[in-house]
Amino acid sequence: MVRTAKSTALPAARAKPSTRKVGPRRAVLLVATRKGAWLLHGDASRRTWRIDGPHFLGHVIHHLVLDPRDGRTLLAAAKTGHLGPTVFRSTDLGRTWEEAVRPPAFARRADGSGRAVDHTFWLTPSTAAEPGVWYAGTSPQGLFRSDDGGASWAPFSTINDDAQYLEWFGTAQDGTPDGPKLHSIIVDPRDPKHLYFGMSGGGVHESTDGGATFRTLIDGLEVVEGFDAKTPTFHDPHCIRICPSDPDRLYQQNHCGIYRIDRPSNTWLRIGRKMPKRVGDIGFNMVVHPRDADAAWVLPMDGRSVWPRTSPDGKPAVYGTRNGGKTWQRLDAGLPREQAWWTVKRQAMCADAGDPVGLYFGTTAGELWASRDEGGKWACIARGLPEIYAVEAGYVG
Amino acid sequence: MRVLIPSPLRSYTGGRSWAEADGGTLGEVLDDLDRRFPGIRFRMIDEQENMRRHIRFFVNGAQSFDLAQPLQPADELCIVQALSGG
Repeated sequence: MVRTAKSTALPAARAKPSTRKVGPRRAVLLVATRKGAWLLHGDASRRTWRIDGPHFLGHVIHHLVLDPRDGRTLLAAAKTGHLGPTVFRSTDLGRTWEEAVRPPAFARRADGSGRAVDHTFWLTPSTAAEPGVWYAGTSPQGLFRSDDGGASWAPFSTINDDAQYLEWFGTAQDGTPDGPKLHSIIVDPRDPKHLYFGMSGGGVHESTDGGATFRTLIDGLEVVEGFDAKTPTFHDPHCIRICPSDPDRLYQQNHCGIYRIDRPSNTWLRIGRKMPKRVGDIGFNMVVHPRDADAAWVLPMDGRSVWPRTSPDGKPAVYGTRNGGKTWQRLDAGLPREQAWWTVKRQAMCADAGDPVGLYFGTTAGELWASRDEGGKWACIARGLPEIYAVEAGYVG
Repeated sequence: MRVLIPSPLRSYTGGRSWAEADGGTLGEVLDDLDRRFPGIRFRMIDEQENMRRHIRFFVNGAQSFDLAQPLQPADELCIVQALSGG
């Protein structure tokens, strides 16, 4: 059970969180872990959560996503320690599951140079204008699309086999420890032909023609010292989010800082420079407000020296901005005060659409934390789970 | 021929540990297994026709790494989950 005290969150710049309670829609949290998936069903006030699971116990679940277009279809990106990757689909909120008939897989190359999907890492539903359309990003980097609600998948666009992109993908050693990834697939809510994605490594890419062609969007992003920032291979965006209330604005948590871009500009601005120096602006996750494009949140990690990837000084805190990154406020009420050395992965922090917004994050230590007031006060709503890979918030339709 | 199904793949066989499949080579037997239990082959063999890292095949007790290996109807195929740790 969760009971969070009403408290003042961030000082608002453009829009203050209202005190109106969330509507009657029931929020559900989708928790993907290294050893299975769980659903947490919230009551109307998001005070209490009923846990449902495990689903797929022992399976590595990289992402579990509820289709916002129908509020009942779930897709789960799965593999096990022994078996190859697949996608499972449920149309009854996880009571029953069916495996994809054709999971994401690269085209076969008879000369032996072809790549094989190790795991599907990211799932993104398209907009209501394209019912049944989903995108998937994989490790190693690949982009796939389903037109039938996740039942069958095919390579999408030309990037998977494009010579230039194959160079930018780099090798397995150029990516994250469990393989390079294509992630942060974003569909512009105004135009489903306008797409973005990120690659670790490989930079940020944009298409305005429905994926027929992509171009890089890396100006202004920094890379590790000594490398050429003009080369996409050296770029490592960790998480990119588009603002639903202003889709011309995107935020990004990068290996080298926190950024914002306001289109049609093609240049990212490092807004993480305004973070406290002792904390820095390194992390994996990025969360945006559903109705206020000036508001965003991150949960930084220790990116100093050997990159411990823990909360800085063992004192975890969310940092939020209400003015597009001009200033940041520490939001740690209710979080451990010391000796908490976990961190939060790129898919493991999210916001719901409530008013005030609910924020959620899952830790590498298997704890799930929630705030009903936009970060003003935090409470642990589940613990003892396996290492959490992803947390998504949705609403049951 | 008789095929031993390891526990991670028994969700495809309705929980059964042994299945029947036909074919003149290891690859063909896996193809037939996939016809009977759709999806099972891709969990063992990737899209480039390589055996997945933690799956092993034993024919009459001898390990095989070759999908083209000829098999006889009386052979016995054991599919094994190799150690993956964690």
